Amino acid sequence: MKILLIDDSKTMRNIQKSVLKQLGYTQVEEACDGQDALSKVGAFAPDLCLVDWNMPIMDGLTFVKEFRKTNKTTPLIMVTTEAEKSRVIEAIKAGVNNYVVKPFTPDLLSERITETLAKCAVA
Amino acid sequence: MDASMITPFINSIQNVFSTMFQLPVEIGEPRIKADRKASHDVSGIIGVSGEMTGTIVLSMPRDAASSIVTLFTGMEFETDSADFADAVGELINMISGNAKAEFQRKSVSISCPSVVLGADHTIAVQSGTPCVLIPCSTDCGEVVLEVALREAEAEIETSTAAA
Repeated sequence: MKILLIDDSKTMRNIQKSVLKQLGYTQVEEACDGQDALSKVGAFAPDLCLVDWNMPIMDGLTFVKEFRKTNKTTPLIMVTTEAEKSRVIEAIKAGVNNYVVKPFTPDLLSERITETLAKCAVA
Repeated sequence: MDASMITPFINSIQNVFSTMFQLPVEIGEPRIKADRKASHDVSGIIGVSGEMTGTIVLSMPRDAASSIVTLFTGMEFETDSADFADAVGELINMISGNAKAEFQRKSVSISCPSVVLGADHTIAVQSGTPCVLIPCSTDCGEVVLEVALREAEAEIETSTAAA
């Protein structure tokens, strides 16, 4: 299972990486904004992406829209401080499969990752 | 600035600190901050725009900030390192983002965070915007949240009245 973490904060990438490690996922690539992520998805071919919303250069929503132009199936989870219902709807319309609001507990993030992978495997 | 602008930030710092690293926060009596001098020597800063404009600052003494960052990241960083600044920036980002969600029916955006370190630095905010200082007591030390916000509509009305 290859996972791409997209967040401008190294702190948040490290926290998410440790949750992924606990779940047994160690093939993790990191990107610091949407543009960096787009440059890595081709070679890395992730099976799951965790995407922050507010990032410099290219934000997470723009990344999701760009990514979905060519990839309709890889699961995307938005992990963000944007908690308003309108934002969640906007992200889902753009193509995210699940949504995690920061701050989160490791248990919540684990649950959403497991749930998303299960749903997308069935679909 | 009324209580409805302050309460979301009180709820948010307590939520972020307890959820991310199980650190209880006891809130003191909020008061108007008279000067622009930073309360402490580590400041995480977020700009707010949209239907509300202003600045949110998490200001911490270096020792308290260091202890909080260690709890948050599980690692010890030099306070002048990029990793330390990144962690402080992410804290104020989460506090501001979480509070923003409580501003019902208001379209508000937050900037990417900035972090300033150093004794006696000053933080410039919009003139005429009152800054409310919220004292926060934790086992890592005393920190403060500074909220300088106003409704954008009020700004437009003032400009119209002056014209």
